[in-house]
Amino acid sequence: MQYTNYGFLLRNLVLRDFKIRYRNMSLGVFWSLLNPLVMMGVLTFIFTQIFRPPNVEDFYLKVLSGIVVFNFFSLAWLSATVSIYSNAGLVKKVPMPRELLPISTVLANGLHFLIQIGLLVVLLLHAGYEVNRYWLLLPVVFALEAAFVCGLSLTTSALDVYFRDMRYVVESANTVLFWLVPIFYTFTMIPQEYRSIYQYNPIAAVVLALQAIVFEARMPPTPLLIKLPLVSAVFLAVGFVVFRRLKRNFADFL
Amino acid sequence: MAHVRFQNVSKIYTRRSRQFLFRYVWDALRGRRQRRDSGGFYALRNVSFELREGDTLGIVGHNGAGKSTLLSLAAGLTVPEEGSVTVQGRLSALLELGGGFHQDLTGVENLYINAALCGMTRREAEEAFDRIVEFSELGEFIEEPLRTYSAGMVMRLAFSIAVQVEPEILLIDEVFAVGDKDFQAKCGERIREMRDKGTILLCVSHSPETLRALCKQGLWIESGEVVMQGEADEVFDAYLARKGAGQAAS
Repeated sequence: MQYTNYGFLLRNLVLRDFKIRYRNMSLGVFWSLLNPLVMMGVLTFIFTQIFRPPNVEDFYLKVLSGIVVFNFFSLAWLSATVSIYSNAGLVKKVPMPRELLPISTVLANGLHFLIQIGLLVVLLLHAGYEVNRYWLLLPVVFALEAAFVCGLSLTTSALDVYFRDMRYVVESANTVLFWLVPIFYTFTMIPQEYRSIYQYNPIAAVVLALQAIVFEARMPPTPLLIKLPLVSAVFLAVGFVVFRRLKRNFADFL
Repeated sequence: MAHVRFQNVSKIYTRRSRQFLFRYVWDALRGRRQRRDSGGFYALRNVSFELREGDTLGIVGHNGAGKSTLLSLAAGLTVPEEGSVTVQGRLSALLELGGGFHQDLTGVENLYINAALCGMTRREAEEAFDRIVEFSELGEFIEEPLRTYSAGMVMRLAFSIAVQVEPEILLIDEVFAVGDKDFQAKCGERIREMRDKGTILLCVSHSPETLRALCKQGLWIESGEVVMQGEADEVFDAYLARKGAGQAAS
């Protein structure tokens, strides 16, 4: 079938995901805010009252900024990885561009992410931080994160059709990555020799960029601004190639 | 010019041992054609036909004969291991009742998603909205969540969308089974109208009676192989005769 307009379909798929998630829930979108707030509270308690790292100014806000970025990544990646499997009905019975399934799942998670970013912004302004011109870079940084997750998810969702273990691989990777992203520690605490590696981890890079922009009102470091788009582009390209090669026989394996 | 062409098409399903999966995925990733396992079975073997504008093909056969596989191939949902399938033209597939529907969403929400899945643009979907709702006869129910619908109502909505897409090729799999007589008659009417405008129609059923009114050509398959191919009435009569004989014998 010739699809002249992917936009309308993509939009509908994203909204479908978003609506289904909150339909028949009394608290609705509030859940998007509750989870990061609880995580922020717990981590702040542990790392200011139990472990006592060198004093970090507005620790809770730094924790929240890390959690919001990490949450988007981990939830989007996991739900997009199973998106082909959980939409087996569509894949087997409806001719459509199947790439849109993982991509729309990532974008639907992106809506939650934006809600959480809204929360972060409110708390930032409340704590006395001001909007600065580098904020204009934020949409670009977030778009790069979304592109990275899309690329990763295209690969893992296609593999998940053949190896259902994929979702557990992703879950485990998420658990490990939680510790490797500067959520409850800051970039300056990382020993010098590991820092350049951190910049290749796109999620850590996004957190670093976000923190540089909102807390220090400065341009994120240049090497980071080069590596992040590079890594995102590579993952996206690889994702599309892998997906295209594996999608031919999806219907036979679901 | 819209057309559908099957050339010596075979679809083979293979057993999937773990080693097979690894090798299979590895080959696919390297862009190689997949090797086939020796233990595969033919869901469809050596099927050929060609349909041009206004052609209507009714496909009959018993359960597991390969009818649905044939439609999946035509819809491009799966690819043949041997031979080639060429499909050109805007295609709409009704292979399952409300394939893209979600129970928690309302009729309207499902309508837009499905219209988009059928390849409509936003403008086309908005233009077609009233026609679809009217054809479906759902009235006020269109605002209700799908889980409150009866099977017949779901079918009416799915069908209304599929026929309002103005496809050049329409695939239908057994979906006439649900819905009342009046609505069935209306659907038949609408399909004949589309056929007369040049829409290619591929219909599958295990009971040829519903196909007679719609199809000029017939294809009878059993166990993946073509038993008979030709004029619809001849093929259907032969199929019914064999079916009757089989039932009498057992």
